[in-house]
Amino acid sequence: MAKKSIKIRAKAKNGVTTVKALMNHPMETGLRKKGGKLVPAHFIQEVIATSGGKTVMTAHWSGAVSKNPYISFKFNGGNKGDSVKIAWTDNKGGASSSTAKIK
Amino acid sequence: MTTNFKRRFFLKGSLAAGTVGAAIGAGLFIPKTGFASWPKAAFTAKNIDDALGAAMNGSQTASSDAIKIKAPDIAENGAVVPVSVKADIKDVESIAILYAGNASPLAASFNLGPGSVPDVSTRIKMAKTGDLVAVVKANGKLLSSRKPVKVTIGGCGG
Repeated sequence: MAKKSIKIRAKAKNGVTTVKALMNHPMETGLRKKGGKLVPAHFIQEVIATSGGKTVMTAHWSGAVSKNPYISFKFNGGNKGDSVKIAWTDNKGGASSSTAKIK
Repeated sequence: MTTNFKRRFFLKGSLAAGTVGAAIGAGLFIPKTGFASWPKAAFTAKNIDDALGAAMNGSQTASSDAIKIKAPDIAENGAVVPVSVKADIKDVESIAILYAGNASPLAASFNLGPGSVPDVSTRIKMAKTGDLVAVVKANGKLLSSRKPVKVTIGGCGG
């Protein structure tokens, strides 16, 4: 999972920054069967977005969020050129993060 | 999935929720909306009231027109249902997306920092046709809105 697993687009318009992100993750609920056996749960539990040293959004998820999750949110402030960082951790202790500049 | 397994899973889930609940009751830790760690009790709860109680400290919600849920009327693929929740409310602390048809109703909760705009989107799985519920916490009050979604192919199992 060392590969870049999060794609982020952040855009500032009229003082509001819109952030859209796509993550690569299987998001297994733990209820799905494959070949008669249950696939163990493996999903992102926490997503933290920070910008300008502040946490702008924290999301808690269950396995009910779709595979390769998409998220979008908005926050006030944020200037062009500022960076937005999104980090996730999953129920198996895996983690990844990525940073993008606001356009 | 056999009935027995279902029962095991349910017992395990309620046991875990019970332990965390007891810990909250004993004041061992105070769930803080904002930057608390993953609320296990909220995500293993089996009904909407319990999930809300664990996630937002209360299951009493007032329905509000200020919350707009954007989701398809008919979702062809239950595995990927795009959902957007937008609230015309000031001082929103958190937004939760719940759906009673899944094994545990709480799908996602978003804790917004100060200065955030209450407008979030994601994609969720829906097992069958049912109502999506969005709950918004603002100024300590819980407001909710519902939107029915028809699912043609369920998003669980496979």
